Amino acid sequence: MTTPLKEDRIPRIAVMTVASLGVAIMLFILYSLIRDSIPILAHVTLSDLLLGTQWYPTYDPPEFGMLPLLVGSLSVTLMASLISLPVSLALAVFLSEVCPSTLREILKPVIEILGFFPSVVLGFIGMVVIAPWMVTRFDIITGLNLLNASILMGIMIIPIVTSLAEDSLNSVPRDIRDASFALGATRLETVSRSVIPAALPGLMTASLLGVMRAIGETMVVLMAAGGAAIIPRSIMDPVRPLTSAIAAEMGETPFRSDHYFSLFFAGLLLLLLTLAHNMTALWIEQRGKRWRS
Amino acid sequence: MKRFGVLLSVSTLLLGIFAGSALAGQIIVNGSTTVLPISQAAAEAFMESHPKANISVSGGGSGNGIKAIIDGTTSIAGSSRFIKQSEIEAAVKKGTYPVPFAVAVDAILPVVHPSNPVKNLTVEQLRDIYTGKIKNWKELGGPDKKIAAVTRDTSSGTFEVWEEKVMNKEKIAPQAQVVASNGAMVQSVAGNPGAVGYIGIGYLDKSTSALKVNGIEGTAKNALNGSYPVSRYLFMFTKGWPTGETMEFINFILSNAGQKIVAESGFVPLR
Repeated sequence: MTTPLKEDRIPRIAVMTVASLGVAIMLFILYSLIRDSIPILAHVTLSDLLLGTQWYPTYDPPEFGMLPLLVGSLSVTLMASLISLPVSLALAVFLSEVCPSTLREILKPVIEILGFFPSVVLGFIGMVVIAPWMVTRFDIITGLNLLNASILMGIMIIPIVTSLAEDSLNSVPRDIRDASFALGATRLETVSRSVIPAALPGLMTASLLGVMRAIGETMVVLMAAGGAAIIPRSIMDPVRPLTSAIAAEMGETPFRSDHYFSLFFAGLLLLLLTLAHNMTALWIEQRGKRWRS
Repeated sequence: MKRFGVLLSVSTLLLGIFAGSALAGQIIVNGSTTVLPISQAAAEAFMESHPKANISVSGGGSGNGIKAIIDGTTSIAGSSRFIKQSEIEAAVKKGTYPVPFAVAVDAILPVVHPSNPVKNLTVEQLRDIYTGKIKNWKELGGPDKKIAAVTRDTSSGTFEVWEEKVMNKEKIAPQAQVVASNGAMVQSVAGNPGAVGYIGIGYLDKSTSALKVNGIEGTAKNALNGSYPVSRYLFMFTKGWPTGETMEFINFILSNAGQKIVAESGFVPLR
């Protein structure tokens, strides 16, 4: 290994180039995001931006309070996770531990195909099916709300999380299960005490990817969340997440206006959200390791 | 904002250079994004029948369009409002004389769910709904049902008319739902018995029912004779009385074929 063959160097250089190109592109995106979001701070203080509750970017004078958008993003993500993570983890356990293999051969591909479902179709279903149903069923102001968007987003991330979680459960060695059964454990005990702890990092990564997908999702919230820039007081209130504000407003805003910069700032916030989320997950994972050993 | 201004003046300057060296047959259409769909569709049809004509269409807002006319950097400026006194003065000072042509009428209809018994609202009532002062259809002679006000994104031309003719500088309550298009507006009002929204006249179909405003029905006829309050004329301004290809293009928009394009773009044709 210390003296690699000459033939090995060419692929190595090629892979290095491609990889560093990828990193360079990411850095450039980060740079332009920061470059175009900083100018807004010259006109609006950071605390007004983050804690202001009035989002009127096109009025005169404009107001750039992003708290409703931030809370909108967080609340939809949280609700969607609450709806989808238990379901998808249970589904993964069912598929990998309980399900007869013939049924599994059918179910797994079906779930994986569901993962490719276009989000615009889901959003449309939310608009024309779920929203009118909610209005008549619950007698609420509007069917385009936090709950509607969360349900759709939940449906969207269930296949992703299920598929990844099932893979990590599957990769737990057969021996562990056999040992557990040999000690007289029931199937429930085996799954909950042996298999799941062994697969925990994988399950965590699966959930993490699902939640991150939810934070960045745009089309579903643009169509089904109602778009009102308020801090929701119930799950039936409409919300306007950061992503849908960017998507709806960027097209018409004058180039390099304050509104334009503030939308870039919203993008930067989204990036920081996912970053914070990643860090937390990493921290939890490390804590979990310490706790187990 | 300052940088934007610099950028704008640089681009205007560039545009000026191009306009100066433009060949005969080159028409530059700038201005209101509301008029943009008309200019775009009309330019495509016009270039098909006049292969020599070369029309470039862009949208930068009514104010920018009129400014470009004053500066002489564009041939035609679309505008969703009439020229202001200050702009006329600036034009006269520069020796240019913007000539207005009304090309279409933009009428916006308030719509509700077909099951809603309310058929007529005043402009003041509509404004109170959108500012959140009126919250229940009961207060307007309807059933005891909360009102779900649906509005458009603040950058849309439809919103602009609503803001100008109905809201009268008052802010729309943040509780109002926001949708991104006329189509989405029809969908969300049709699916919600308590909803009220507003759409361009071309988007009205059986799935929603339009309200009268101040007792006047929002028809093409009432929009044209000026009695319907939520409507406005759309203009194209030319630099001086138009000649050559520019004249032909304006004539084309005012012709029957051009007015058909106006109707297809969701506006009220002039006749």
